[in-house]
Amino acid sequence: MNFSFNARNVVVALVVLGLSLLPVYSALSGNIFILTLFTRIVIFALAAASLNLIMGYGGMMSFGHAAYLGIGGYAVGILAFEGIGSGFIQWPVAVAASALYGLVIGALSLRTRGVYFIMITLAFAQMAFYIASGLSRYGGDDGLTIYKRSDFGGLINLSNRVQFYYLCLGCLFGGIYLIWRIVNSRFGMVVQGIRSNEQRMQAIGYHANRYRLVCFVISGMICGLAGALLANNTDFISPAGMYWTRSGELMVMVVFGGMGSLFGPVIGTIVFLLLEEVLSQFTEYWALIMGPLLLLIVLFARGGIMGLLGRMSRD
Amino acid sequence: MLVLVEQSLNGLQFGLLLFLLAAGLTLVFGIMDFVNLAHGSLYMMGAYFAATFVAWTGSFVFGIVLALGATLLLGIVLEYVALRHLYGRDHLDQVLATFGLILFFNDAVRLIWGPAGLALPLPAWLTVPVQIMPGVSYPAYRLSIIAVALAVAAMLYVVVMRTRIGMLIRAGASNREMIGALGINIKLLFTLVFGLGAALAGLAGLMQAPILTVQIGMGENILILAFVIIVIGGIGSIRGAFLAAIFVGMIDTLGRAFLPDLLRKVLSSAAASTAAPALSSMLIYLLMAIVLVVRPEGLFPAAKR
Amino acid sequence: MIDSLADPLLRVENLVRRFGGILATDNLSLDVAPGELHAIIGPNGAGKTTLISQLTGQVMPNSGAIHFAGRNVTHLPSYKRSRLGLARSFQITSLLPDFSACDNVALAAQAHDGHSFRFWGAARKEPGLRNAAQAALKRVGLEKRADVPVSELSHGEQRELELAVALATKPQLLLLDEPMAGLGVTESARMVALLKELRREVTIVLVEHDMEAVFALADRITVLVYGRVIASGLPDAIRNNDEVKRAYLGDQHAVTSHA
Ligand SMILES: Nc1ncnc2c1ncn2[C@@H]1O[C@H](COP(=O)(O)OP(=O)(O)OP(=O)(O)O)[C@@H](O)[C@H]1O
Ligand SMILES: [Mg+2]
Repeated sequence: MNFSFNARNVVVALVVLGLSLLPVYSALSGNIFILTLFTRIVIFALAAASLNLIMGYGGMMSFGHAAYLGIGGYAVGILAFEGIGSGFIQWPVAVAASALYGLVIGALSLRTRGVYFIMITLAFAQMAFYIASGLSRYGGDDGLTIYKRSDFGGLINLSNRVQFYYLCLGCLFGGIYLIWRIVNSRFGMVVQGIRSNEQRMQAIGYHANRYRLVCFVISGMICGLAGALLANNTDFISPAGMYWTRSGELMVMVVFGGMGSLFGPVIGTIVFLLLEEVLSQFTEYWALIMGPLLLLIVLFARGGIMGLLGRMSRD
Repeated sequence: MLVLVEQSLNGLQFGLLLFLLAAGLTLVFGIMDFVNLAHGSLYMMGAYFAATFVAWTGSFVFGIVLALGATLLLGIVLEYVALRHLYGRDHLDQVLATFGLILFFNDAVRLIWGPAGLALPLPAWLTVPVQIMPGVSYPAYRLSIIAVALAVAAMLYVVVMRTRIGMLIRAGASNREMIGALGINIKLLFTLVFGLGAALAGLAGLMQAPILTVQIGMGENILILAFVIIVIGGIGSIRGAFLAAIFVGMIDTLGRAFLPDLLRKVLSSAAASTAAPALSSMLIYLLMAIVLVVRPEGLFPAAKR
Repeated sequence: MIDSLADPLLRVENLVRRFGGILATDNLSLDVAPGELHAIIGPNGAGKTTLISQLTGQVMPNSGAIHFAGRNVTHLPSYKRSRLGLARSFQITSLLPDFSACDNVALAAQAHDGHSFRFWGAARKEPGLRNAAQAALKRVGLEKRADVPVSELSHGEQRELELAVALATKPQLLLLDEPMAGLGVTESARMVALLKELRREVTIVLVEHDMEAVFALADRITVLVYGRVIASGLPDAIRNNDEVKRAYLGDQHAVTSHA
């Protein structure tokens, strides 16, 4: 890749650098809170990046992505509850369960387009929410406390804040690298082509829905991994974590940052969660500001932050 | 048997409420090509207005009428200030913007009315049980919900099928140019339709209020049910919304009432009590999945455009 | 695949397609022999595009059958027909607007190559795909415009790109829906010259309103009116066919003004 010094790349580089050095700052300044906050941000950024794969590149507006956060989380929580503490089992199960859910839901939802797709992914995610609420053995509505984080032998200690942060960051960068490879691969080109003009792609020999579905499943798997991380981060898993507003927030993060740009979701997540944090310091009723702000951003700032930076660097 | 009648009536009543909500959504979508997530917030606002105005005025009927007017007004203001700028934008933009409105409304309600829910007590004359069959009595209030909702549905049917505005509504979003060519003030028409949808949502909310508690987020779950109904019924179709709403209301209510017993007959009682709540809340989604497999365009799609 | 020269490459039998009350394709039968350039003409709304769309699977017929290279393809979805060697261009340009010209063609070449579930290597760096794309672009004279986004190509260039995309799938039968639509005089002439070359390599069904081009290119001509074939045969026979004259060519004004 040839790197040029435009506003966009500079911001991305700064973000990567900043995220990488954050624990150092936290240690030097003694500010532990910021590390906790950014661990959460990094995990959500991974979830948002996975959503961006289908929304930004695949043109599939899924309003049900929080379901994977829940599925990944419950995989960890339930296995831990049943005495299986190894991360080498928990995490693959989290990813596999997400893949399975994505396969079934995707196959059904992709029979439709547009608004229908939005509504249906939303409805199925709500179904997953109710299923989780019905898991009385695992706490039902009240959720389940995870007493021991995933165990990776002596490899890495998830209870160590800094180690856990770097694990999350590694997953985020790894996820983005994976998405980058996918997007530029043969498969990724087809998926983007289908977003651009489905009829044309069918006419030159692509079975559009097959590619869409695979993309949908991959995205779900990545988000399932984010779910496993999140459960470890909060040491707790409950249906509330997969409530539909969470899906909406993920969409907002993607759009804030800029759909279809590799690092857009990371920046969108940082902005969204920091904004939430800052606003809630001022007032308990932070959504009174966030809600209308969202409306204004949709109305006036299309293309998100990356779009804005892109325009800046072109001028 | 008695339980079955009672639960069926409950299902019908719930279905009709769902219809009021879904009708507004599908109308707005059909004519303006606009997805409004905040529709559930209008439902919630209807309930809060009702609880407030009934307490203020001391009269149930008067309070409810005021609440209906207030929701209508709120809908019109909302459309005028914010939403009309979103017509013609992609659905994602609409979804995100109205998602922002949900966040706003939830916190606004928390600020104004506090986080605890409100109760809307019924006047004595609505709490009496009514004998509907020998040996079967049913709460008067639930009967009146059924009556009101049916009347509104009939009215809606007449408006949509028999009037000029209805013709425009049926002509649908794809023919917006045609509506303009007819010399109709589109902006006004859209505002009116949106207000109508808001009032329907508010009506559903305020009628539901005495049965459930009035609380923050009450509009969200039911909004998703309304989506399910629209998917099952076929987008933009009032008739489809009606039938699907009754269907969903029935299945949901009867499922919750009878599925645990049915399961207990097949499974061990422990397994049944574990599976039943999850399964009964899944029923309508399973129904939706089946419809998607069999008829992705919904059971009663609006006339092909 | 083709049993003998006598067998048609494409055989359409009693095709019917309705849109509401309109019979867009009315019991239509048609043979296209391998190697020929078969023109389909007819007034606006005659059902030419609808026919092409049924041949390539964007529109499904209500009844009738379509055989291609000895196979019944009537119920095959469009992506499968494309793999069998049926390619089309669209009357209303249908490209991937946010991709470069080269990407558009490379995706077609990739479809023909048949390995699209590869998730790792960079597709834009595959020499195989790039070369195939460049070759197809060169065929239509767009090799210098390879890296220009489609949305920045002129209308004429987009029409040429349509053709390049179809060619990149290495079709046996090329269905062209008004390739000259909206082109200027020089651009049209270039397109005619290009088609003259292409017809030596691939069987072509050409829908076109530009009569000069049609009579310059076609081996055989079929005339559609209201979804029905009113005449089919050699250009000279069509030129002198009374019914055709009445229904179509007589209306010279409509014909020339459209081109
Ligand atoms: N999707 C559709 N829905 C309804 N009617 C259609 C549809 N597609 C085509 N038609 C109708 O079918 C008839 C044939 O249309 P078609 O586009 O095939 O004609 P054509 O010969 O290609 O015309 P032109 O020369 O203008 O391109 C027309 O009356 C048209 O209105
Ligand atoms: Mg045509």
